[in-house]
Amino acid sequence: MSHWRRQPLQLVILGLGLALATALWSAVQAINAEARASYSQASEQLAAGTGAVIDRPGSDIAVETYARMRRAGWDVAPVLQGRIAVAGRQLTVVGIDVLTHPAAAVILGDTADLSESVTGEGRLFARPDLQTALATTPGLPPIVSNPAIPPGEVWTDLSVAERLLNRAGRLSHVLVLQSDHEALEPESFASGLRLRPEGSQDTAQLTRSFHLNLTAFGFLAFGVGLFIVHGAIGLAFEQRRTLFRTLRALGVPLQKLVLVLSFELLGLAVFAGAAGLVLGHVLAAALLPDVAATLRGLYGAPVEGALGFRWHWAVAGLSMAVGGAVVAGASALVKLRHLPILAGSTVSVWAEVGRVGIRRQAMGGVFLAALGALVFVVADGLVAGFALLAGLLLGAALCLPLCLAGVLKLGQVVARGPVAQWVWADARAQLPGLSLALMALMLALATNVGVSTMVSSFRLTFTGWLDQRLAAEIYVTARDDTQGAEITSWLAPRVQAVLPIRSATDQLNGQSATIFGIIDHQTYRLNWPLLDAVPDVWARVAKGQGVLINEQMALRQDVSLDDILPFAGQSLPVVGVYSDYGNPRPQAIVGMDLLLSLYGDVPNYRFAIRIPAQEVDALRAAIAERFDLPPGGVRANTEVKQFSKAVFENTFVVTGALNALTLGVAGFAILTSLLTLWTGRLPQIAPVWSMGLTRKTIAMVELVRSLLLAAFTALVAVPVGLGLAWVLLNVINVEAFGWRLPMFLFPADWAILAGLALFAAALAAGWPSWRMARVTPAELLKVFANDR
Amino acid sequence: MLKIDTVTKSYGNAAQKHEVLRGVCVELAAGETLALTGESGSGKSTLLHLAAALDGFDSGEIVLNGIAYSGLDDRGRARLRRETLALVFQQFSLVPSLTVAENILFHARLAGRPDPSWAAEVTERLGLAALAQRWPEALSGGQQQRVAIARALAARPQLLLADEPTGNLDEDTGTRVLDLMLDLVRETGAALWLVTHSDAVARRVGRRVHLSSGVLS
Repeated sequence: MSHWRRQPLQLVILGLGLALATALWSAVQAINAEARASYSQASEQLAAGTGAVIDRPGSDIAVETYARMRRAGWDVAPVLQGRIAVAGRQLTVVGIDVLTHPAAAVILGDTADLSESVTGEGRLFARPDLQTALATTPGLPPIVSNPAIPPGEVWTDLSVAERLLNRAGRLSHVLVLQSDHEALEPESFASGLRLRPEGSQDTAQLTRSFHLNLTAFGFLAFGVGLFIVHGAIGLAFEQRRTLFRTLRALGVPLQKLVLVLSFELLGLAVFAGAAGLVLGHVLAAALLPDVAATLRGLYGAPVEGALGFRWHWAVAGLSMAVGGAVVAGASALVKLRHLPILAGSTVSVWAEVGRVGIRRQAMGGVFLAALGALVFVVADGLVAGFALLAGLLLGAALCLPLCLAGVLKLGQVVARGPVAQWVWADARAQLPGLSLALMALMLALATNVGVSTMVSSFRLTFTGWLDQRLAAEIYVTARDDTQGAEITSWLAPRVQAVLPIRSATDQLNGQSATIFGIIDHQTYRLNWPLLDAVPDVWARVAKGQGVLINEQMALRQDVSLDDILPFAGQSLPVVGVYSDYGNPRPQAIVGMDLLLSLYGDVPNYRFAIRIPAQEVDALRAAIAERFDLPPGGVRANTEVKQFSKAVFENTFVVTGALNALTLGVAGFAILTSLLTLWTGRLPQIAPVWSMGLTRKTIAMVELVRSLLLAAFTALVAVPVGLGLAWVLLNVINVEAFGWRLPMFLFPADWAILAGLALFAAALAAGWPSWRMARVTPAELLKVFANDR
Repeated sequence: MLKIDTVTKSYGNAAQKHEVLRGVCVELAAGETLALTGESGSGKSTLLHLAAALDGFDSGEIVLNGIAYSGLDDRGRARLRRETLALVFQQFSLVPSLTVAENILFHARLAGRPDPSWAAEVTERLGLAALAQRWPEALSGGQQQRVAIARALAARPQLLLADEPTGNLDEDTGTRVLDLMLDLVRETGAALWLVTHSDAVARRVGRRVHLSSGVLS
């Protein structure tokens, strides 16, 4: 303990390193756990009962049909579910029959008067945060707070939902409550009805890849944090080396010494881990709203914006801290086991041992990279993608010291003056001691380059895609089909074209998909973002002779051009594949006539309007004045684009934050390594000082050396980062989201990042350099006088 | 060439002041060799360090080739060490990140007068040619000391200051190393100031002064 009392800073570095590593890891885990808990809660609510539902692809079910089922003795409960826009946010309204729905008791909670919920204006039930947000929204019934309601949803009685959704007498589906439902034949009540198990592609499954991405990031951050711990433990052991030798010489058994130090490490790990958990919780609470926004934006997944505390999360985080400390401290303990009692300390420099060491390390790196590539070739799916990524990153990290050694050697050879030659040689000599920190920096930089290239490529593609996809100038959503028809006739003489947006839901290759119908119009021919198509694609779609599918469906279901797609009793060839970013589910487009012939009277209350740009504002005002539309019923494409771009930016807020944190942690790792090296630094610089270099010059050399190493590390990190970006765009994204993106290069971003790396290195080297400039001649002279 | 005039040096603060040198005066002419002897803790190394412009003194003056140390800042002292002096220490005086060959030429290059053929001759005569590409940590103590001497002499200094240069070596090796150093000093015409606690070593040097409790006799 006396060591830590004399070296409080070292204790802080060790604790901070471990706490930071634990914080980043546990924050990611807390976010994942919270999101999963939200999915689980949502799916429990939705799938209440047996989990089976009856629905009618492409249209609603009439309430009368449900009534006939009940009269026939079926144990079923009606549900009307739909989306409305309220106060600038999209809400899912779920209407249930409070007398038959199995979750009614949970939904109503301790509401005193049941009649209030089902009569008059009724009641809405929502989570406390949503209740607070909607409390002052006009036009809504009173809202009752109920934490059991899934996030982003309001539950209410069927009659209230009918009113809010403008779907009187309609049901979206019917829950089947009886367990012997396999023999039920809903088609006997109405054509098109089908019985299907609920949750075949639930939210948890859809978002698995997103959480895997986050976990990978968390693990990277934890690994980078461990570099700090390794550096700090190494420093603590190095400084106590003489003490250990003395204790051993005085007869303290080696086992006892190792045991005592192991307990010391364990104690520190528990304290630092606990601090890391607190930090992690704070960090997760700060990031969770953005993650929730991301998950809602990308998957429509319901995630709460507030963070709860989970014991298993705390235990797992603490275990990671202790495990990490053991891993980081293992090499120090092994060194202690092999510490000769009588041998003096030697100055660690670049020598044959170091050279052989980094050559072996590089060979290990090549092996890991090859292994990752092999797993990728042999295996399939997201895990194979991550194996490729891990191989690439670890392989590059392990090869980094050899690359740097080569560059520094070259620098030494071409250096002219003796000081310059010494700077290069000295940098090479410090390489073994700094390599772990530099690997951490390289990983952080490569991740930054890779992820920012991915995000920026995505942004560029997404923006261009939005411009194509949202080609119409105005988008109108009417209250119902009747109002839709009125608007269409009113608009016809006033605009260039009214393009109906009509869709049905059906199973395509066993997965729930949305099928849109389009009319034959130039807007699609000129703008629709097709990735692949047969020559006469639009003519064939218009004639009902082909189907367009989105990229996600093409990649996930391995469907390509000219493949025959069976749906709704028809078999149509795939004539084109279009990009459809931000949508996790399969989607298809057919000619409008075909859609209507297959699915009957699909809703017709949404339209895209083509009009000269200068007339947009006037027409919007005219529509708003003429028709009583729901909030957000008329939107210019600029608004929709803006909203979509905002969702996009929100999606990557977390990634940006984790990027910055990882880089910060890497900078800290360099500082700890430099401080560790400092202990053996004076014997290396004292001879140079005695030969006539000033302390200021040597201090400057210290700084330049760190900048040199950081600069070369950044140079290596750029191609590694681009490799990472390629894997993310062409492998991970395809597996995780179902779309492949073109890769764009952003050299200005790399320059900024390299500048940041140099800044981090300068900050880290600043302190040791300052100490060097201030070291007294007496301290330097001790080098020549004593056996250190 | 070198004049040390009434120099005093103490360590510690005002409350616990330890005076190491008390009004020391000594002169050394160009080409002269001088041995400084004394018991452990008598201040020998401190005096040598002051002469080498490695540390400051409390009072008095040191003048080398007409340059007064008291008027020099850190940069001026560094320049003096670089261009006029050379030092050989008992240990830890090699630059660990440079090979033997690079170490030997390093000071001469810093001084701005690299002479590869002279360096090669010194290397050869000190028996280091076979070790030229080795790293210092791969050498024995005697080999390291020979490299340090080679480096000092390769720089052709006007004044060579050596602090117990054979203190870490066995008697035979020490004698051989000292012989070589004296020969090479004579050939270059440098002045040599050698600190030793060994009477045998001191007897082989031209003049001898003794330091006892910070006072020269």
